[in-house]
Amino acid sequence: MAQVIGALTSSHIPSIGSALASGPQRESRWQPFLESCAPVRQWLEAQQPDIAVVLYNDHGLNFFLDNLPTFAVGAAFDYSAQDEGWGVPSFPPWRGYPELSWHLIESLVEQEFDIATCQEMAVDHAFINPLRLFWPDESPLKVRTIPVAINTVQFPLPRPARCYALGKAIGHAIAAWPTHEKVVVIGTGGLSHRPGSEQESVSSTSFNDRCMEALQDNPECLARLSMADLLREAGAQGAEIIMWLAARGALHGKVSKIHSSYPTPISNTTVGLLALANG
Amino acid sequence: MNMATPRQLLVPGTYLFDGRMAMKGYNLNRMCYSLNAAENRRKFKAFPEAYCHAFNLTREQTHAVTDLDVPRLLQLGGCINYIARLTGIYDLSVQDLGVEQSGLRLDEFSALPAAGA
Repeated sequence: MAQVIGALTSSHIPSIGSALASGPQRESRWQPFLESCAPVRQWLEAQQPDIAVVLYNDHGLNFFLDNLPTFAVGAAFDYSAQDEGWGVPSFPPWRGYPELSWHLIESLVEQEFDIATCQEMAVDHAFINPLRLFWPDESPLKVRTIPVAINTVQFPLPRPARCYALGKAIGHAIAAWPTHEKVVVIGTGGLSHRPGSEQESVSSTSFNDRCMEALQDNPECLARLSMADLLREAGAQGAEIIMWLAARGALHGKVSKIHSSYPTPISNTTVGLLALANG
Repeated sequence: MNMATPRQLLVPGTYLFDGRMAMKGYNLNRMCYSLNAAENRRKFKAFPEAYCHAFNLTREQTHAVTDLDVPRLLQLGGCINYIARLTGIYDLSVQDLGVEQSGLRLDEFSALPAAGA
């Protein structure tokens, strides 16, 4: 049976893309973050996963308010980057895995997650940047991908507990896929940040520390927070932690930490990384 | 619930983007979403007001767009994810807007059944 070997979670803000493009030499403030990815890259190199399920939030590329799903699963042969308003990016498409997508879809619906399904799906920076971060030297990427989009655009957002349960359901679905393929589940988004407020540059350090710990050892405790709790503690965009929780949900039993880092906040968001291995 | 008044948020000038705001800002957000296409960005740049008019924006919304008055755009139903498209037009980054996603005032938010427990 296929196996979820780990959960990788990272911020996805657009400036990561420009920092990767211009290199840390030219973007020295990004150096600590880019360097902090090294242990995760080494782990990936050693493990050679076949598949990445990417839990992310679309920022208004594939979905508009005319049809806005709470959860949407990609079932395409490939996924392309498209114009997010700043020009057409020149990345090769990411390879999909429609057979596994449909298995995932069938299993999720069976587990009472009535998700939307997408046979065409454009992916934005929230999907792209973490993949570029984890596999900087691969283009096109060898691993096959399945995007899973979670609504953070329009309230009501799904509750943290629901997102955690979605991750668990994804973990069950993968465990029932009859191959020996290795899967990483990636959750993208920020932890605490308060863009636009007077405390914009001050991240909620204690919240972030607790989050990093809880994600590893006690995710149920985070999942019990209401969305209001989360936003109170983590700031306006703290809702994005639901993608981290969903990714964590896909791991079962004992988990061990591959790496975590929380370098100096850059621009008006904090930038974090956490990688956990199953077992 | 008063459908006309946006809920004030934790962060001054930003509002909870919920169904009420989504109704109010639908045309505004649809216009911004259209700017994902380079061809539409050219049209917008050439005649911003006419472009807004074609999407049935209110006069207030049109002024807020041409002034790039972000707090006002948020009050008028703009969602930051779509408003961010204007940054491509004016060669700004999302960070320049000073906001990346709307926040909310939690005492009001907690009162909502949709917020859950």
